[in-house]
Amino acid sequence: MSILVRNATRRFGDFTALDDVSVEIPSGSLTALLGPSGSGKSTLLRVIAGLERPDAGSVEIDGRDATSLPPQRRGVGFVFQHYAAFKHMTVRENVAFGLKVARRPKAEIRARVDELLELVQLPGLADRYPAQLSGGQRQRMALARSLATQPSVLLLDEPFGALDARVRKELRAWLRHLHDEVHVTTVFVTHDQEEAMEVADRIVVMNHGRVEQVGGPRDLYEHPANAFVMGFVGAVTRLGEHFIRPHDIEVRRQPNGTTSEAMVERLVHLGFEVRADLVLHDGQRLAAQLSRQDAEELELAQGQIVFVRPSRTRQFAEAPAG
Amino acid sequence: MPTRGRLPLRILALGYLAAILLVPVGAVIWRAFGDGIAPVWQAVTAPDALHAFWLSLLIAAIAVPLNTVFGIICAVVLVRQRFRGRRLLDAVIDLPFAISPVVIGLALILVYGQAGWLGSWLAERGIQVIFSLPGMVLATVFVSLPYVVREVAPVLREVGTDQEEAAWTLGASPLRAFLQVTLPAIRWGVAYGVVLTTARALGEFGAVTIVSGRLAGQTETLTLYVENRFEAFDLTGAYAASLTLAVLALLVLLAMTRLQRKEGR
Amino acid sequence: MAASTLARGRAGQEVRGGAALLRGTVTLYLSLIVVLPLTAVVWRSSRDGWGAFWEAATQPQALAALRLTFAVALAVAAGNVVMGTVIAWVLVRDQFPGKRVVNALIDLPFALPTIVAGITLLALYGSSSPVGVDIGYTRAGVVLALAFVTLPFVVRSVQPVLLTMEPDMEEAARCLGAGPLTSFRRIVLPTIAPALLAGAALAFARAVGEFGSVVILSGNIPYRTEVASVHVFSLVENDDVGSAAAVSVVLLATSVLVLAGLNLLQRRRTRHAD
Repeated sequence: MSILVRNATRRFGDFTALDDVSVEIPSGSLTALLGPSGSGKSTLLRVIAGLERPDAGSVEIDGRDATSLPPQRRGVGFVFQHYAAFKHMTVRENVAFGLKVARRPKAEIRARVDELLELVQLPGLADRYPAQLSGGQRQRMALARSLATQPSVLLLDEPFGALDARVRKELRAWLRHLHDEVHVTTVFVTHDQEEAMEVADRIVVMNHGRVEQVGGPRDLYEHPANAFVMGFVGAVTRLGEHFIRPHDIEVRRQPNGTTSEAMVERLVHLGFEVRADLVLHDGQRLAAQLSRQDAEELELAQGQIVFVRPSRTRQFAEAPAG
Repeated sequence: MPTRGRLPLRILALGYLAAILLVPVGAVIWRAFGDGIAPVWQAVTAPDALHAFWLSLLIAAIAVPLNTVFGIICAVVLVRQRFRGRRLLDAVIDLPFAISPVVIGLALILVYGQAGWLGSWLAERGIQVIFSLPGMVLATVFVSLPYVVREVAPVLREVGTDQEEAAWTLGASPLRAFLQVTLPAIRWGVAYGVVLTTARALGEFGAVTIVSGRLAGQTETLTLYVENRFEAFDLTGAYAASLTLAVLALLVLLAMTRLQRKEGR
Repeated sequence: MAASTLARGRAGQEVRGGAALLRGTVTLYLSLIVVLPLTAVVWRSSRDGWGAFWEAATQPQALAALRLTFAVALAVAAGNVVMGTVIAWVLVRDQFPGKRVVNALIDLPFALPTIVAGITLLALYGSSSPVGVDIGYTRAGVVLALAFVTLPFVVRSVQPVLLTMEPDMEEAARCLGAGPLTSFRRIVLPTIAPALLAGAALAFARAVGEFGSVVILSGNIPYRTEVASVHVFSLVENDDVGSAAAVSVVLLATSVLVLAGLNLLQRRRTRHAD
């Protein structure tokens, strides 16, 4: 159930949503398409689903050319940001829809729906209407619905984007767990790097209709291919040609030759960690992240003069895009 | 909170409505029953009246489904498709709202009448449009054409395409997805449009009077029958038939109010 | 190429073909039902040349009917601007028992067949009027008939705008010392103006074309109470189809102009909303 997209291009009028994109998604993986809005990640997902047809390029699902297949015959499950619940049907009827279309026997449908509702933790709500469910419950119902026909590929378009922060966090963990259980090749779209890092085992970073980098969460963080990826997957400060992560800044009370003088402009306590917003003598601003213990040992305070030195920086050949 | 000037405005508004709407309708009811219920019942059940009643229903029964199917398809085309000439299509749909029914009747005569574009060609094949049912249906279809489109299009826009696309990915054909997923989602809009179309179809007078030839007991609809009785100084008959139409209108109002509330939810 | 980019993007050939089929069906239906007959009217009026058209459209009786029609339609549209706004305002801002019934009754002229409207009005304001007002077969009767059938247009287009308008704005203006009239003129009127104009234009178009109620209430006296639609009707009855077509084209052109104006207004409104 691997997915192979080759040289896909898609334009909407003057806007190029996908610009010669090639991506391979291995079987059984949980992949995130990560990028800012307008980066083409949703269009790529819709091209894979067959809801959008590329102007050029091809899509292969499980080794079969699917480029000209309609969405009905691709064997994909699709989950929409705003749930796309069938409002006039009960939860049971929603989940059973695909099975009814496939003309499965009644008893089988019933059993399968019960099993799925169990899986998405909605048993007992089978006879409710979507309007009687919370957002998180609706999205879980939509997931059950898309899994009912046992798709070879599960596609989710910003699945948690419409939910509030707490429910979103809960569902992330739950999706990861679900994938470990069902093992279906899964691709989800998100603009939230934290979500991508937490849930996915592979991340495709997109920008301006192109793929910037593909890799595991740690790869991307440790070895970003360019300034855009470095900036998008984590906080970053730029000093001339150098890009520095906040936790790669050493903060001392005393100068030691390689350090620069800086003033603590503001201290932000983030529970376990402390972020110090610093101003260098030339007016450049810099954010340093320290453990609470380190911050306490240094007795950091607002207005204090400290000495800083980047312990690790990166340089990229190209100027950062966008 | 009470404000100065509110009461006079209320009196003005309600007074105007009373003078122009309520009191006249009351007067007709009062007049119709001036001689008791028996003459009204007699007038309503006279053979020509009954025939007119059934003919009106028959014409509506043909025109309303036609315009409902067309209206839904047209709304889909307007909302979901982008093409050259879309603006023009959008504008043409409103024409029947703005054109005099008499002009519509004349237009049909010029196409389907004896000397019309298609009249003689059709007559050779034994098809008579003007002064018979097909012409009356055409006139009714024309005048009641925009209602379903105009009610369904905004609802369809609001419903969006997510649900239909979800159905596609679940294996449903485009037709099945539309019938089982989108149509139920827009059903109150469709129902509202159907109610308005029906009211317009039953009430049409000007266009139908021109193309019908007004043969009593043959091509006379209920509205034409009202005029016929009025011209013949049979006021009881005219009031009684008017009352039938007014009751239908009240039912329409009731349906509209209920559907508006459903749509509002 | 008129192919829709939207349809092209969706699910390939099948849907692309389906979209074209739907578009074709709609175009054909509209062409047969609406465009073809109206073209016939324009064609018939111009068949014998511009001179013949002009002569037919400016015959004294036709001219009198057209003048009366436009004058009365304008007056009725203007009357609706005032009364429609008052009624809409009362329905939105005022509270009184039976308001919901009154609100529903506003649509009665849409639901009631026009011929019934004519008979209804004549029963109360005709020669045997129980209230002693006899305006049957007069120009006042024409105005009354048109006021009845056009009542809902302004009310129904202004009402939703007033509903979305916060009463705070009016109250704030009053707190700043503006009198009720000033606050209405400065705050309410500019907000509802586009909707008011749209409603008035629709009422005008409807009044110009109205037939059923007028034919009963006006008596159809040539040069006095005969409106354009009734005149066209009598021309058709007398088999003078050419003249009927000429007068019809004037009415048709009015409808098209009003619709075009409304379309423009709508587009400006949506641009403002963006």
